[in-house]
Amino acid sequence: MTVIEETLGMSKAGDASPDERVRRLTAWHLLMGRPELGAIAGAILVFGLFGVFAGDSGMFAIDGVMNWAQVAAYLGILAVGACLLMVGGEFDLSMGSMIGFAGVMVAAPVMYLGWPAWVAVIFAFAGAMALGLLNGYLVVRTKLPSFIVTLAFMFILRGLTLVLSTYFANGTIISGVGDRLADDPIVRTLFVGSTGAWIFHGLASLGWIEVLAGGEPVVNGIPKVILWWVVLGAVAAFVLARTRAGNWIRTVGGDANAAKNVGVPVKRVKISLFVFTAFCACLFGVLQVADVGSAAADRGLQKEFEAIIAVVIGGTLLTGGFGSVVGACFGALIFGVVQIGISFTNINSDWYRVFLGAMLLLAVLFNHYIRGRAAAGK
Amino acid sequence: MADDFILELDNVSKYFGTVIALKDVTLRLRRGEVHCLLGDNGAGKSTLIKTLAGVHPPSTGQYRVDGKALAFRSPREALDMGIATVYQDLALVPLMSVARNFFAGREPVKKLFGLLPVMDMAHANATAVQKLADMGIAVRDASQLVGSMSGGERQCLAIARAIHFGARVLILDEPTAALGVKQSCNVLKLIHTARARGISVIFITHNVHHAYPIADSFTVLNRGQSLGTFAKADISKEAVLEMMAGGSEIQGLFDELEGRAA
Repeated sequence: MTVIEETLGMSKAGDASPDERVRRLTAWHLLMGRPELGAIAGAILVFGLFGVFAGDSGMFAIDGVMNWAQVAAYLGILAVGACLLMVGGEFDLSMGSMIGFAGVMVAAPVMYLGWPAWVAVIFAFAGAMALGLLNGYLVVRTKLPSFIVTLAFMFILRGLTLVLSTYFANGTIISGVGDRLADDPIVRTLFVGSTGAWIFHGLASLGWIEVLAGGEPVVNGIPKVILWWVVLGAVAAFVLARTRAGNWIRTVGGDANAAKNVGVPVKRVKISLFVFTAFCACLFGVLQVADVGSAAADRGLQKEFEAIIAVVIGGTLLTGGFGSVVGACFGALIFGVVQIGISFTNINSDWYRVFLGAMLLLAVLFNHYIRGRAAAGK
Repeated sequence: MADDFILELDNVSKYFGTVIALKDVTLRLRRGEVHCLLGDNGAGKSTLIKTLAGVHPPSTGQYRVDGKALAFRSPREALDMGIATVYQDLALVPLMSVARNFFAGREPVKKLFGLLPVMDMAHANATAVQKLADMGIAVRDASQLVGSMSGGERQCLAIARAIHFGARVLILDEPTAALGVKQSCNVLKLIHTARARGISVIFITHNVHHAYPIADSFTVLNRGQSLGTFAKADISKEAVLEMMAGGSEIQGLFDELEGRAA
């Protein structure tokens, strides 16, 4: 209530400016205009809650942090791609299936066709991005909702993943690929394990982090998935906020017809975004195969929804044209903290999904309110 | 004095299959004038605009720019000749800022650290505010969302954008159609400002009360044909209205209504 009164009071002050055509924008207005606000506030809230309920459980010790940060990073990679695509006005429901399919595209050639690991990884990225291209092409060509087109691919790819893994491995899991990836110097450098061990050894020798019985620090480096997430998120946020391509993505998502009329290459922008989301899904798949050591037909199940939820929590509108990569990353962070954090508390982890659904609902209501304000010019 | 005209349509007809959308229409736009194109719904205004904008090539007849006959293959070619059309949907995105809209599709780019090409937001903000101020529209904050502007302000923004990107001829498709009295007034003022800067304007409307005060000349369309072009000195507002509405028909209706009221 105080919030509403405060806003009303401020807009009255705005009306009193000397020139009737000039609106005074208050700090409050500017803050409310930031899409990522909700997600950052949500993240602070979640950290606060777990700080109270699980503060002394080891969740915020270095190994606990790495644990939830890794979960957040996997989802975050997906959310970065989904975010740009959704700002561009489209959805990709095939992202989760693409994760599983990409895993098989890496594992099957390595294990059953004798391909070198690096070739298989390149093949997986090329294949995934080609499928993204096909998704995008079908959407812009048929003008069908991307919801339907990618829903079809969600099933096609999931089915193909199962067919291929059964054909090659006679089961739903292709295992043993982890060592082959770790043996390949290029693949190992890019995707396998963690990096920066010397930092942690240094910190351990200073006594700042705990040391295991064998003398190794409890955490022996930053998982590469986290680095990928940070780099990808930073690049995507930069592109959306500062570059020409970013302005095109917003325009295309905001009003595709207007975009066409001002000379933005609408089709090229949309297809590129589908290719990028496919790239992100493939990156998720490859990192997971490298981490777990196997590919499986059920990998990435429902991840497309989690990614969309993270993006929406991050303040991106479902209708496109408005959003934030930074917000999406915070959305993914909330996921990671809640998913892992709940097991550090005495709350039953069955509540995880209830919590996420509630978060989503809150975020959508909040976004709706912001959008209403923007459209009404308050 | 052919070179007096910046844009001419000479006996232009446009057919869509069996439909005759335009029949032998002649329209001449003098340099620096506001030329009102009047007509009721279905008179062929939209087809005429799209012909001028380079969307439809004429089926017969000649289209001359600066006295030279041309055949535009796309609206982009017309735009490159400085013929800009502001359609009713304005091509603005409500959820984007004034500056981002102003430069959408034609973003100013600078090199960050001499390396990374980025959108020059400082320049975009300053230019958008400045250009709008030149046109008499005060927007203090270029990061204001277009969705928070009034219909009149949006119309003005779209027109100012077209002028900034080198329009010599502005084709305005019913710019006052959805606006209130005061906002319409602002748009008319803007058209006046544009003319004062030497820009030629084709102002499409079916509202004679908006058209008459600002226009230098009128062309009236009816059922795909031109009823002629008239200088303002030669014709009264009432005469224009009568011609537009189909003359005797509406007069008959007026008489009947008055007769019944009496």
